[in-house]
Amino acid sequence: MSDDTDTIQETEALPLDAWHRRKGARMVPFAGYHMPIQYEGIVIEHDWTREQAGLFDVSHMGQLMVTGENVAAELEKLLPGAIATLKPGKVRYSLLLNDEGGILDDLMVTNATPWIAGDEEAGTEGHWGDPAYYIVVNGATKWDDIAWLREHLPDEITLTHMDDHALIALQGPNAATALNRVMRNVIDDMVFMESVCHDFGEWPLRITRAGYTGEDGFEISLPNEHVETLCNRLCAEIEVRPVGLGARDSLRLEAGLPLYGHDLTAEIDPVSADLTFALTKTRRETGGYKGHDYVSAALRDGTKNRRVGLVLDGRLPAREGAKVFAGDEEVGRVTSGGFSPTLGHPIAMGYVAMAQAEPGTALEVEVRNKRLPAKVATLPFVPHRYHRGK
Amino acid sequence: MARYFTDEHEWIELDGDTATVGITDYAQGQLGDIVFVELPDAGKALEKGGDAAVVESVKAASDVYAPISGEVTEANPALEDDPSLVNSDPEGEGWFFRMTVADKGQLDGLMDEAKYKSFCDGL
Repeated sequence: MSDDTDTIQETEALPLDAWHRRKGARMVPFAGYHMPIQYEGIVIEHDWTREQAGLFDVSHMGQLMVTGENVAAELEKLLPGAIATLKPGKVRYSLLLNDEGGILDDLMVTNATPWIAGDEEAGTEGHWGDPAYYIVVNGATKWDDIAWLREHLPDEITLTHMDDHALIALQGPNAATALNRVMRNVIDDMVFMESVCHDFGEWPLRITRAGYTGEDGFEISLPNEHVETLCNRLCAEIEVRPVGLGARDSLRLEAGLPLYGHDLTAEIDPVSADLTFALTKTRRETGGYKGHDYVSAALRDGTKNRRVGLVLDGRLPAREGAKVFAGDEEVGRVTSGGFSPTLGHPIAMGYVAMAQAEPGTALEVEVRNKRLPAKVATLPFVPHRYHRGK
Repeated sequence: MARYFTDEHEWIELDGDTATVGITDYAQGQLGDIVFVELPDAGKALEKGGDAAVVESVKAASDVYAPISGEVTEANPALEDDPSLVNSDPEGEGWFFRMTVADKGQLDGLMDEAKYKSFCDGL
C-alpha cells in the first residue's frame, strides 16, 4: 500500500443516501459526503420552503455531546457566549474562536441537561441530571472542531461525536402544522431557539426549533436507523417536500446567514463579521475565553472591514471573490452571492471597508471586467419569520 | 440544415453560410434555473473551443464555448428579457447567437444527433 492511498478521502454515504436517490436527487460531493444538490429544481424547492415546508438532510453536520462536571465553565473558556446561564432546553448561537479571535467555526449549543423524573414509590423528587451540552457544528469543519475541543477541554470532560445520529431540518411557514400532525402536542409550547427530547414511539428524538433558512422550523436529531422512516412520515404530509443543498444556500443567503468557509474564516473576527450578538454582553467584560483580547480590542477600536449585504440591479449575479469598488478604489470582496428567487434580483454578502459599510452606500461590483452598480443593504434581505411566541 | 453537437453540450445548426449556436437540453437540465445569459456582441471573433458566452444559473456561472471559429453576427435579444427560455426551449427559442463559419471542415469533428444522444446516455 502506498502512502497516497491513506490520504485520499473517500466520499462517504450518509444514512439517507438511497432515499435521496429514490426521490430523484442529483447527488454531489459536499463536506466529504454524497449530498443532494436538488430534486425538482433549486427555485421550485426554494419557493416551496418559503411557502410550505422543505425537508433537508443535514446529517453531514457534526453532532457532539459534551458532558462532565464544570462542563459549562470549561465551554466558556472556548466560546464567547454565556453558557453557564443558558437554561436547560435553551439554544444559543456561538463561535469557536482561536487565540487571535479568528472564527474557527460557528455552531449551535443547547443545554441538554436531562430532567430526571421523581419516583413517588421510591420517595425521590424530580431533579436535573448531570450537565450536558449538545453542539451542532459545520460538516466541513467537524473533524478540526473535534480535535480543537478535545485538545482544549480537560480530560474530565467527555466529548462524544454522535455519528450514529442523523440530522434533518423541516423548514417553512407550514413546518409546525405538518410536524404537529405527525406528532401531536410535542412542539406546542416551543419557541425559536428551544429544544426538547421526545420519544416518538420507541425512537428518541431531539427536536430543536431553529434552522438555516430564516423561516420557522425544526431540526430533528435521531438514530441513523430510523431517519428514513421519519422522512417518509414527514413527506407524506401535503406541506412537505424534500429540498436540496442548492436551495438551502439561496435560502440562507436571503436570510443573511453567513456560511462558514466563505463568509466566515479563521482570519475573520466576530466584530468584522457583524456577529456581536453572539458575544454575550457580560462576557465582553469578564472575558476568560480564547481570543477575548482581540475581540475586546475590535469592540473598542472598531474594525477595518465589516460584513454587509449587497443588492444588485439587473439579473447578473456577483459570486464569491468578486471585487467591490467605491469609485476607483477597491474596498472589499464578495464572499457569497447569487440570484435571489424570492426577490427576483441578485444579492450578495461580502466584506467592505468600514467607511463604505453604511446601508444605502452606492458601490460597484466587478464581474468579468464589468462594473455592476450595487447598494449596501441591511441584512436579512428577506425578513426572518421565526416563531418567538408571545 | 444540419445540426451538430459538441462534447461540451453546445449545439450548432448550419444554414447556408451562417450557423446558430445554443446549449442542449441536457446542458440546461444540469445547470438548473437560468437567471442570466451573457452573450457576445455582433462582430466578435470567436475561436473554436474558446469562451463565447456565460450562463448564470441560481447555483453558479458556467462558460459556453464556441463550437467552431467564426464571427458573431447576432445575439438572441429575447434572452435578455427572458433567460428562462434556455430552460424551456434550449434547442429552439433559447438559441444564443448566430455566427459566420470560418471553416466548414471544423464541423466534421462534431457529433450528429444520434451520436450526441449516446454520448449523454453514457454520462
